Amino acid sequence: MRIFDPHIHMTSRTTDDYQRMADAGVRAVVEPAFWLGQPRTNPGSFTDYFDSIIGWEPFRASQFGIRHHATIALNPKEANDPRCRPVLDLLPRYLAKDGVVAVGEIGYDSMTPAEDEAFSAQLALALDHDLPALVHTPHRDKARGTQRSIDVIKESGIDPGRVALDHLNEVTVDAARDAGVWIGFSIYPDTKMSPDRMVEILRKHGTERVLVNSAADWGKSDPLLTVRTAEAMLAGGFSAEDVDQLLWQNPVAFYSQSGRLDLSDVDGAEATFAGNSILRGGS
Amino acid sequence: MTTLDDLHAKLDGNERLAADLKRVNGDPGAVAALFPAAGRKYGREPLTDGWSTDEAARALLLAAVPPEQVGDIYRYGDTAEKLAVLKALPLLPIGPSAVPLLEDALRTNDTRLVEAALGPYSDHLDQEAWRQAVLKCVFMGVALNKINRLSERADPELGAMLRAFADERHAAGRDMPPDALALLDQLKEA
Repeated sequence: MRIFDPHIHMTSRTTDDYQRMADAGVRAVVEPAFWLGQPRTNPGSFTDYFDSIIGWEPFRASQFGIRHHATIALNPKEANDPRCRPVLDLLPRYLAKDGVVAVGEIGYDSMTPAEDEAFSAQLALALDHDLPALVHTPHRDKARGTQRSIDVIKESGIDPGRVALDHLNEVTVDAARDAGVWIGFSIYPDTKMSPDRMVEILRKHGTERVLVNSAADWGKSDPLLTVRTAEAMLAGGFSAEDVDQLLWQNPVAFYSQSGRLDLSDVDGAEATFAGNSILRGGS
Repeated sequence: MTTLDDLHAKLDGNERLAADLKRVNGDPGAVAALFPAAGRKYGREPLTDGWSTDEAARALLLAAVPPEQVGDIYRYGDTAEKLAVLKALPLLPIGPSAVPLLEDALRTNDTRLVEAALGPYSDHLDQEAWRQAVLKCVFMGVALNKINRLSERADPELGAMLRAFADERHAAGRDMPPDALALLDQLKEA
């Protein structure tokens, strides 16, 4: 089984997680820029974070034979802080990077005017840089937030086939399906979506244009819930080919729209970089 | 050593690069978007004498902007861009002004950046920083033959540091890399 986790915050995870993921078949990940538990207070805090998810984190992942790409954005929650908003002017530098395969996570947290502005501005950046967009749907007031996100996406002029609307559930999936965007589901231990509920959604909606991720981060989450979902699919009568489509081919197809996805070294490659392995414990 | 003129000559037929270099000459700010895209725009294939096309193109872009912009390009670079800047430093007319970039690379835990910081431009690193960098290479498993002028610059103080490190490794039942042992031997004979 080969797994591509299209949404996971590895900067919050340990090397034990990387090892368990590699052992379970995870060969590629995309790390979207998002908020940390502690709010940031200035643009420099963002740029150091962006540097980390396009620099240090891919290097760390490579030690375990996992290919790491990133998406870059000012997240909706921190778009509300005027001290953070100037980072919008720095985004073009990062959206030009080889390892950046989408603009994201953008979207809504509390649906404020500041979030409206940052969301639209960053969809425009996606168009300018010929990148897909990864859109987070809010955890509170989710149904209205999802509908409003769809409206903003339509207004922006971006092709819905280049947008993934994430953290969907039973209540929000139909509107997203109708809008023609990729539908994303974050499988969580207790909250957003479970493997068994996911299997039911797949029965109804099929596996086309569906993305399943662990969205594992600094909260209670599990980077192997992609694998658990694959197992639940097989137990529920889906074929190995369905699993491969959902958990490998789909994320490859979505992020390949950036023209920058590079998976050349994850098909059976060993975990070394430039001839060096520091698995034995560098610093 | 490869020069900027050599790289210019080798990239002579790359029309996209020629157009972009002309653009940067008129508008140095344009480099911020062009430098990261070098692999996608100009190609990544091997070019000449250890230089790939994107590395060489990046060296020419750096040479086309005012020297004070080099630090900013490094600052906002991803790993491949930072490596290209470090590789180009000895070719640029910047004197020792870019030593802080080496110091930045040497603070990382990325073996590729540490190794790249010890190329020919490391002649500008003071001896104390240089010794620490060599020791860090031994610690991280970076091959010592990648270090510029290693046997010339290695001194008794580096020998003492390596000896102490070897003692620690020995106490822990761990081996020293063979190239570090060879360097210790060389310093003993001197």
